Amino acid sequence: MTIFFHELKRGRISLLIWSLTVAFMLGVCVLIYPEMKSQMGDISAMFADMGSFSDAFGMDKINYGTFIGFFAVECGNVLGLGGALFASILGISALAKEEKDHTAEFLLTHPVSREKVLTQKLLSVFAQIIILNLVSVIVTVLSILAIDESVDAKTMFLLFLGYFLMQIEIASVTFGISSFLRGNGLGVGLGIAILLYFLNIISNLTEEVKFLKYITPFGYTEGADIITNNAIEMKYLAVGMALTVAGIVVAFIKYRKKDIG
Amino acid sequence: MKAIKTENLTKFYGKARGIIDVNLSVEEGDFYGFIGPNGAGKSTTIRTLLGLISPTRGSAEVLGKSIRENRIEILSQVGYLPSEAVFYNGMRVRDILNYSARLHKADCKNEAKRLCDRLELDTSRRVDELSLGNRKKVGIVCALQHKPRLYILDEPTSGLDPLMQREFYELLTERNKEGATIFLSSHILSDISRYCKHAGVIRDGELLVADSVEKLGHTGVKRVTLQGTEKIPQIEGVKSVTKEKGSVTFLYSGNPKDLLSYLTNIPFEDFTVTDPDLDEIFMHYYAKEEN
Repeated sequence: MTIFFHELKRGRISLLIWSLTVAFMLGVCVLIYPEMKSQMGDISAMFADMGSFSDAFGMDKINYGTFIGFFAVECGNVLGLGGALFASILGISALAKEEKDHTAEFLLTHPVSREKVLTQKLLSVFAQIIILNLVSVIVTVLSILAIDESVDAKTMFLLFLGYFLMQIEIASVTFGISSFLRGNGLGVGLGIAILLYFLNIISNLTEEVKFLKYITPFGYTEGADIITNNAIEMKYLAVGMALTVAGIVVAFIKYRKKDIG
Repeated sequence: MKAIKTENLTKFYGKARGIIDVNLSVEEGDFYGFIGPNGAGKSTTIRTLLGLISPTRGSAEVLGKSIRENRIEILSQVGYLPSEAVFYNGMRVRDILNYSARLHKADCKNEAKRLCDRLELDTSRRVDELSLGNRKKVGIVCALQHKPRLYILDEPTSGLDPLMQREFYELLTERNKEGATIFLSSHILSDISRYCKHAGVIRDGELLVADSVEKLGHTGVKRVTLQGTEKIPQIEGVKSVTKEKGSVTFLYSGNPKDLLSYLTNIPFEDFTVTDPDLDEIFMHYYAKEEN
């Protein structure tokens, strides 16, 4: 597990900053809820009635006035987008960064198989995502306790599970892409994460492009759907998990035989 | 057993030539110099041997094992020094050495310390703050600390000051005497002629010649200088003539007796006949096509 720990050590500052930032914003969102609630009154109805804007963020379907409704939208934007960006950076950098910095030559002239490099790098990406999500969950739960709200544990769990699986999917897909890159793929990675985010917003706006929800992992993390059904949409998730596996398989096939320049 | 043996090893990058039908043979225990101009295919050969790139065709064995199937086994017994030693930014020298040792699953603390002392390398420095020469030293320690059986060194002395170069070659010579094989590529021809037992010359992706350094030096060609004349001798086998005031120097590759009988018939004051130095011979290979 030498490479695994090396990777974790290399990424620890970035992990710390991302975890604290995402967790801090989640905590703030939760903590301002009582204040918002007291001022809201009928605002909830207004939020749900802002036409396309409400549709885009799924606010037409959920009661923004309830805590879980409020949390799903806020959480969706903070942990959803923040986690997605973090996951894409991790996934796209894992292999490409070594080649860009020419450290791949150092690593791969040691007696380690390419498969081992891939496995340990992927595991370290997953471990960092797990840590970010754990920190987020802990801070969120503490914040909820602090404002004395009660939530349905299963719904909360499903929301977090959805975001976690989404990050795993994005990381795996970008990991697969990074096995083809020689230079820095950071732009590609961030671009993919943001594109997927907007694909979901577009699919919320127009019924004709609803199929986009199959493509973007934000489809199965849609807070409105999870709260309404108290379940993750399996048809979207299944496609997502297939893409996850595909990303990993592609990385192994490509990187095993790749010429390191 | 051969330390390195390649058979028609060929690598194309798309359509661009890397190496073509290279047949290298390096005995175990040898000190082998691999010479060639930039872009000749030295690094391509080395990177293929290490499994960083896979050959287009042909095969290669390192320490008796196929590079296709036994890469890991091979690498555990090889110390590699890349021509440009690059490490992870922000890491300290000792962390790099430690990481390399752990990837080798070897405890090299004592050896690393000994090497760092000899090369005067400060292990508490960050690698990205190091000068080119000091980064090279980190690479050298990484290549030597696990005491491999075969050293593959790509332009090992570039960036090192002359004192360090000497120290480095002393280290290599010691390891070589202990039985390890040294395979190094270099531009510095005098180093090759001083330290290597065998040498191979590669140009335009093809191995031109490979032999013992001694034999490469005895090509039958003589360097002849005639004092007191500026006339070019009119005899077969005369090449690369240079004229100076009152003397003429040329390479002669014909029968020595013919030269002697020719010389008795022309006026000159004095003459010297020497073996051309190895530099000159290698230069001759380097520049063959241009003449």
